[in-house]
Amino acid sequence: MSVAALRQVEVDYPRGRALGPFDLALAEGEIVALVGPSGCGKSTAMRLLAGLEAPTRGAVERTPGRGETAVVFQAPTLAPWRSARSNAALPLELAGVAASEAQARAGAALARVGLKGAEAARPAQLSGGMAMRVSLARALVTNPRLLLLDEPFAALDEITRRALADDVLALWAETRPAIVFVTHNVEEAVYMASRVVVMSRGPGRTMGEVAVSGALPRPEGFRTTEAFRAQVEAVSALLSKGMAA
Amino acid sequence: MNQAARTLAPLVLIAALLAVWEVACRSLQVPLYFLPPPSAIGRALVADWPVLLVSAWNTLAMALIALVVASLLSQALALIVGLSPIIESAVRPLAVVLQVTPVVAIAPLVVIWAGLDHADRAIVALAAVVAFFPIFSGAITGLKAADPDLERLFDLYGATRWQRLTRLRLPSAVPYLLEGHKVAAGLALIGAVVAEFVAGSGDAQGLAWRILEASHRMQTANMFAAIVVLGLMGAVLNAALQRLERAGLKWWRGR
Repeated sequence: MSVAALRQVEVDYPRGRALGPFDLALAEGEIVALVGPSGCGKSTAMRLLAGLEAPTRGAVERTPGRGETAVVFQAPTLAPWRSARSNAALPLELAGVAASEAQARAGAALARVGLKGAEAARPAQLSGGMAMRVSLARALVTNPRLLLLDEPFAALDEITRRALADDVLALWAETRPAIVFVTHNVEEAVYMASRVVVMSRGPGRTMGEVAVSGALPRPEGFRTTEAFRAQVEAVSALLSKGMAA
Repeated sequence: MNQAARTLAPLVLIAALLAVWEVACRSLQVPLYFLPPPSAIGRALVADWPVLLVSAWNTLAMALIALVVASLLSQALALIVGLSPIIESAVRPLAVVLQVTPVVAIAPLVVIWAGLDHADRAIVALAAVVAFFPIFSGAITGLKAADPDLERLFDLYGATRWQRLTRLRLPSAVPYLLEGHKVAAGLALIGAVVAEFVAGSGDAQGLAWRILEASHRMQTANMFAAIVVLGLMGAVLNAALQRLERAGLKWWRGR
């Protein structure tokens, strides 16, 4: 049973074709990484999956109801006037959950992402990594079935990225939402996903797929294994082909 | 540059300019009515102090009332206009025409409408007209300044129009409103002075009236004294507003 699927979708903007034809089916609890050159339509595909946009042609199938889809953007995208806790509580507030319950659940979500004690801080007082964690807590607070991560670590330094990647996998293991993860970083894609979908230069089509073996979350030292290196090489080769296409 | 030098530098410059002015007036024997030396202006300041203080208060009070009126009207209108693109496109050219029309040009009209015996009403109305636009355009800009990704998030969670307004658009507009009010307050003061020149004064005579009065009597030193008070008041108001804006921003973003 798929959580969401794009069937032969094409998206045209006034300046031309942005995506497709493109197919992607997402199984329950699966982590799929989307990699591809800039401007290949990855973000457009994400907006289709989120139901924020409709395709020009083709079909989008989505089973999650309202509040069961969550998005994390490249920037933390927090409201500066709200505390970390109130930011994390926003999706619940919008769904009409009582304020006290929303705040309590937001506090729990912050604790899950390792931000216990930072509930009252405003975004301006947080580091980039911490702000991204608040953004993650806000996405998790509704216990979504579909989690869309649009280059969420692009603006962070390498150490913070790696820590967050492990944290996302640990969080995924708790409730197992389906995750679509956009990234430019091939190693990150292989590390995070059970399946890597490589897109061609825009308008994006599928160049190929690499199924990543190994347990999720990743065991210690996974990055240094022969299998990891081989899969990174396979994705890189597809990506080069997609650039040339 | 250290803090002491930073604070002292403008004071030293002012003192030097005053000294040059004083020496020039005395050595060139400039007539008092043409350009009085700083010492004569100082004496006029001391002598007129009580009257000037009352007038300064009258001018300031008019400007502040005008600011409140402008603030309420402009934000209410911006809310209506900002929520409907059609109304906005209808209102925009009208607003631009009004904004570029000099307040002096519409002053005689406003004086008639306010009633010839109610100069104070005309002054408040004219100052409010001047103060209206910075807040109005700030509010319009601010209502559209929300982070587009936050807007998408509100779409994603199916926010109602009311939720979007109160939880996203209005809070996002706060920095623009603070900036608008800061600019508007300065303009309200200028507007109140200009309007008093044109509309005259009722019972509450402001600083513009003091300047006109002294000018009719050729008491140039007293004119300068009133101008000095006006300048000081403007500077103090400006400093206060800058502090208010900074405090407001700190409250808004928590730092």
